[in-house]
Amino acid sequence: MPYDYKPYAYHRPPGLTAPEPRHKVAIVGAGPIGLAMALELAQHGVPSVIVDDNDVVSVGSRAICWSKRSLEILDRIGIGARCVEKGVTWKVGRTWHRDREVFTFDLLPEDGHKMPAFVNLQQYYVEEYLIEAAQANALIDLRFRNRVKAVEQAADHAVAVIETPDGDYRLEADWLIACDGARSPVRAMLGLDFDGELFEERFLIADIEMAADFPSERWFWFEPTFHPGQSALLHKQPDNIYRIDLQLGWNTDPEEERKPERVIPRIEKVVGHRDFRLDWVSVYTFQCRRLRNFVQGRVIFVGDSAHVVSPFGARGGNGGLGDVDALGWRLAGVVRGEAPEAALAAFDRERQFGADENILNSARSTRFMSPEDGVERLFRDAVLHLANRVDFARPMVNSGRLSRPCVYPLVAPDATGLPEVSRPGAVAPDAPLADGWLLERLGVGFTVLAIGCAAPEVPGARALALPVTPELAARYLGGAGAAVYLIRPDQVVAARWTACGVEEIAAALTASREGRT
Amino acid sequence: MSLITAPNIADVDGFYARLLATHRGLTDAESAALNARLILILANHVGDATVLEQALALARDGAGKPA
Repeated sequence: MPYDYKPYAYHRPPGLTAPEPRHKVAIVGAGPIGLAMALELAQHGVPSVIVDDNDVVSVGSRAICWSKRSLEILDRIGIGARCVEKGVTWKVGRTWHRDREVFTFDLLPEDGHKMPAFVNLQQYYVEEYLIEAAQANALIDLRFRNRVKAVEQAADHAVAVIETPDGDYRLEADWLIACDGARSPVRAMLGLDFDGELFEERFLIADIEMAADFPSERWFWFEPTFHPGQSALLHKQPDNIYRIDLQLGWNTDPEEERKPERVIPRIEKVVGHRDFRLDWVSVYTFQCRRLRNFVQGRVIFVGDSAHVVSPFGARGGNGGLGDVDALGWRLAGVVRGEAPEAALAAFDRERQFGADENILNSARSTRFMSPEDGVERLFRDAVLHLANRVDFARPMVNSGRLSRPCVYPLVAPDATGLPEVSRPGAVAPDAPLADGWLLERLGVGFTVLAIGCAAPEVPGARALALPVTPELAARYLGGAGAAVYLIRPDQVVAARWTACGVEEIAAALTASREGRT
Repeated sequence: MSLITAPNIADVDGFYARLLATHRGLTDAESAALNARLILILANHVGDATVLEQALALARDGAGKPA
């Protein structure tokens, strides 16, 4: 069944009548990233106003693959379970070259995590759930049909001039977060531009509705017989909607390729019949680029406005939620006066690192999928040729390296012998507990997690002592009998010890809060 | 481990002849494709990142200049 796009109500904003008091945080863009940002800030007690030029959710599926980490973040802000329930859970990706299967990956072979490796769910559903949560939250003021037409920076605040159906008004905020997407108007208004690569390749992307029984897997073809010389991707989504991406080549006319009479025969070749309904079509090119800095005075860029990647790694929406994760607690600390502005430099540093990792991986995938003539194509074809014959070449086949949370390069206390998976900078791995899941038990602020020993009471942190279980031992102890972990509000391990005093934990907490690690 | 740069193939003339024989009858493009596959096969056999890095650097040395 096609999605029912219901417009959300516009309400005349108070700023049209009289100047509004300066807001703590204004967020531009009510896409998944802007909405998640507001909900994350609200978790930390920080109010925000969101303005969006539109009044409906995303048209077309757009971001569909939500990673385990994203689901954990969405769970923290209240919609994770809903996304998993509605979405199509998958973890196996299969890759073909012509008619032969050459590579299979299984993303989460390990049990004992609340969230699955990936869930496919159309962006419009995620936005719908986030809007519902935002509208139910007293700290969030969500304004549809409020278009930012100018942005001014002052020393200690930013001003947005906003156009509404009833006229213009000015909105002041201590911090303005631009979540207005890849073509970010705010970015253009500040005269900022991306650095990086633009790939000369075009893809057709389509949602089709059909009754079919494809397994919940990601299917990717290099040079399939149904689409010679190009590549194709098939993803299952809820409501009998399938997502198909077809490589078109650079020398195609995007306007022409978008037409149903061109699209339908192409899709017919993929699925083998004509018994489907075309739901949404788009043609896009690849970019792997980012802003040099995400914090620009009082304006902070988050999500696609800050960095764009080619789509095959599921690194766009998931990368944006990574930004939300890294920014929320820090900005809340700054707004509450508990952390210096230097904390935001730590956000910038970490997410540039994250964006670079996403850009590196998606640029490599793009090069493999769409090699330039000459040596790039020579080696790509050599890999595909060998992958049909010999095992070693199979992992070289790159149809997208799917989003995983990055491990930040923290300079922080660590103890030798503890597991690699929970080292400082990594997201604390989830684990089953007697009455739920580890990540659910972590605080909104810092947590001192003690496994197999008493949890030291440290000012500004929740103490959580847990008995040793097999999963906790494997993920947090290794060979050690006990360990103490300091976990940041974004569930990243800040530091860890096998033996420590309260002062050391307190010092690590302060360093982390102030953006020094 | 480091890249072996001393002679290491017992029957070097024999290997050279077999290398050429492997390419016999192929077009330039097919030969280039064969070479690419051969590089990947041998690189996987070597495996060691340091050795591979040294091999890449040695192969690149002088590239783009007359021999």
